Amino acid sequence: MSLNTQRNISTNPTPPPSEGAGGRTQYILEIADNSLILGQRLGELCGHGPSLETDIALTNMSLDLFGQVRSYYQYIAQLSEEEKTEDDIAFLRLERDYKNVLLVEQPNTDFGYVITRQYFFDVFHLMLMQQLQYSKDETLSAIAKKGIKEVSYHKRFSGDWVKRLGDGTEESHERVQKAVNDLWPYTNELFEMTETAKAAVEAGIGVEASQLKEAYYKEVSELLREATLEVPESKYFHKGGKHGVHTEHMGYILSDMQFMQRTYPGMKW
Amino acid sequence: MTKHKLKTKNKFPKAPLLGRGVGVRIMSEKEIKNLQQIFEAKIARDEKIEPKDWMPEKYRQTHIRQISQHAHSEIVGMLPEGNWITRAPSLRRKVALLAKIQDEAGHGLYLYSACETLGVSRDELYEQLHTGKAKYSSIFNYPTLTWADMGAIGWLVDGAAIINQVPLCNTSFGPYARAMVRVCKEESFHQRQGYEIMLTLCNGTPEQKEMAQDALNRWWWPSLMMLGPTDDESVHTAQSMKWKLKRKTNDELRQQFIDQTVPQADILGITIPDADLKWNEAEGKYDFGTINWDEFWQVVKGHGPCNKERMSARVNAWNNGEWVRDAAMAYAEKQEAKKVEKAS
Ligand SMILES: [Fe+2]
Ligand SMILES: [Fe+2]
Ligand SMILES: [Fe+2]
Repeated sequence: MSLNTQRNISTNPTPPPSEGAGGRTQYILEIADNSLILGQRLGELCGHGPSLETDIALTNMSLDLFGQVRSYYQYIAQLSEEEKTEDDIAFLRLERDYKNVLLVEQPNTDFGYVITRQYFFDVFHLMLMQQLQYSKDETLSAIAKKGIKEVSYHKRFSGDWVKRLGDGTEESHERVQKAVNDLWPYTNELFEMTETAKAAVEAGIGVEASQLKEAYYKEVSELLREATLEVPESKYFHKGGKHGVHTEHMGYILSDMQFMQRTYPGMKW
Repeated sequence: MTKHKLKTKNKFPKAPLLGRGVGVRIMSEKEIKNLQQIFEAKIARDEKIEPKDWMPEKYRQTHIRQISQHAHSEIVGMLPEGNWITRAPSLRRKVALLAKIQDEAGHGLYLYSACETLGVSRDELYEQLHTGKAKYSSIFNYPTLTWADMGAIGWLVDGAAIINQVPLCNTSFGPYARAMVRVCKEESFHQRQGYEIMLTLCNGTPEQKEMAQDALNRWWWPSLMMLGPTDDESVHTAQSMKWKLKRKTNDELRQQFIDQTVPQADILGITIPDADLKWNEAEGKYDFGTINWDEFWQVVKGHGPCNKERMSARVNAWNNGEWVRDAAMAYAEKQEAKKVEKAS
C-alpha cells in the first residue's frame, strides 16, 4: 500500500469545540515554522556552497521554503481577528511561540550536516504534504499541492547527496555518518502529535503525523543502507520544539532574523 | 519560484581540454595570415567568433582574462549581499534578495562556462582567483553595513554594471555576447529592485531616509570607480575597442552613469555626496568632482576594507567543499564501474 494514496485525514464532519481560528493557527504554525527556520538556515549558506551548482540548489530550496512560509502566514493573517501581516507572524513572536521541530534549527556544521538535516526533513515533509493535500481546509490543501512538487525535488536532491557522501570517499563517508548519528535523535519529534495537531486531525484539516512514522523510518533506513551508512540504533530522542522549547541555537537564529523588525519597530520596508 | 529552478545546465559546449592545435600540423605563415584575415573580416562584418573558429592567441587570452574577471565579480559579489539574507526586514525582501543573489550565481555559472569554451577549466580559473592572480570588481571589497546597502547596491552597482555590460551584448565573441544578453536582462531587474528598496526607505521614516542617504554617501564614489580608471590610465582600451569588447571609453561610460543616476537621486530626495556636481547646460551633461584614485588603487591592490574577508570567504568555501567534490567524483566513478560490470 502506498502512502501517497492512503488518506490519514479523518472525515469527521463536525469540528470539535477546540477547533477555532486559534487552534487552526497553532496547527499551521507547527508546519510553517519548520519551513521558516530551515529556510533561514539554508539562507546562511548562500555564496558559501562547495560548488556553484550546490550553492544554487541550496538557495533554491531556501526560496521554496520561504515561498511556502509566506502562503501559510498570509493565511494565518487572514484568519486572525487582529490586523496582522505575514511579517508580524514571521518576525514578531517570542521564541516560545515558534513551533518548529528542533531538527531544522541545527547548525550548518558542514555540508554533511546540511544534507542530512535536509534529507531527514524532506522525507517527512513530502509525506506530510501528500497527506495535507486532502485537508478539508482548502487553503492548506492548495499549499500542500503546490508544495509536493517542490519538496519532491528537495528530497531527490538531498537523498542523492546522502548517497554520494555515504558511498563517496572514506572521508565523506565518515563525515556524513557522523551527521546521521548526531541528527538522528531529532527525527522522532517529527511524528509527535500535540494536542493542537490532534484537534486538527479531528477537524479533518490536519494530518495524523504519528501514522507516517513507520514508512518514514523504512524509507530513510533503506536509503542510508544504500548509501553504505549505518542506521543508528539509538532510542533516545529529543523533543520540545512543537511546544516552543528550543535548543540554544534558536535565540541566535531569531536575533538575526528579527534584528530589523525589533530595531525599527513598525516600519515598512 | 519556478524561475529559479536550476536553469543553467550545459549552456555551452564543454571546453576542448586538449590544448589547441594538439595533433595538428604546424601551419605556414601564409596560412596563418589567411586565417587572420578571415578573423578580422568577420569582426568587421559584426559576425560572431565562435569557440571552434581560429582566433589570435591574444584575442583568446584577453577574453579569458575579461570573462573570468567578470565571472569572479559575480560570485564574489554574492558575498556583500549575502551578508543581509538572514537579517532582511520582511519575508518579501528576503525572498527577493535570495533570488537576486542566486541570479548572480547563475551569471557566474554562464560566464565560467563561456570562458571554458576558450580552453581553460573552471578549477584553473578559481585557482587564479584564490591566489590573487585574477581580479574581480573592486566594489565588492566594501562592507554592507545597513539594509539600505541592499538598495544602494542594486541601484548603483547593478546600475553601473549594466552600463558596462549592455555594449557587450554585441561583442565579437559569441558565447560571451549570448551570456551577456541574459545577464543584462536580469541586471536591469536587479537595478529596479534596488531602486525600489531606496524609494521605500526614502518614503519612510526619517531614520529610514537617513539610512538611505548614508548608503548613497558610502556607495557613490566606489560606483563611479567601478567604471574603470580614466582613459589615459586604462591599458586595454584600444585593442578592446577593435574587438568590440569595448564600445565606449571608461570616461564616457562614467559620464553616462552619472547623467542617468543624478535625476534618480533627485526623485528619491537624497543628495549625491559631491559638492562639485552640477548640470552643465552648454555641454548637456553633469560636471562632477575629482575621484579619489588613490583609494581605487589601494582597493585594487588588495587593501580595501573587505578584500581579506571576501577572499577568505571564497577560499574557505572552496577548501571546505573539497571533500564534497571529491565524494561526488568518487561516487560517480563507482557508479560508472558498476554499470560497466553489469554490461559485461
Ligand atoms: Fe550579475
Ligand atoms: Fe555582472
Ligand atoms: Fe545583479
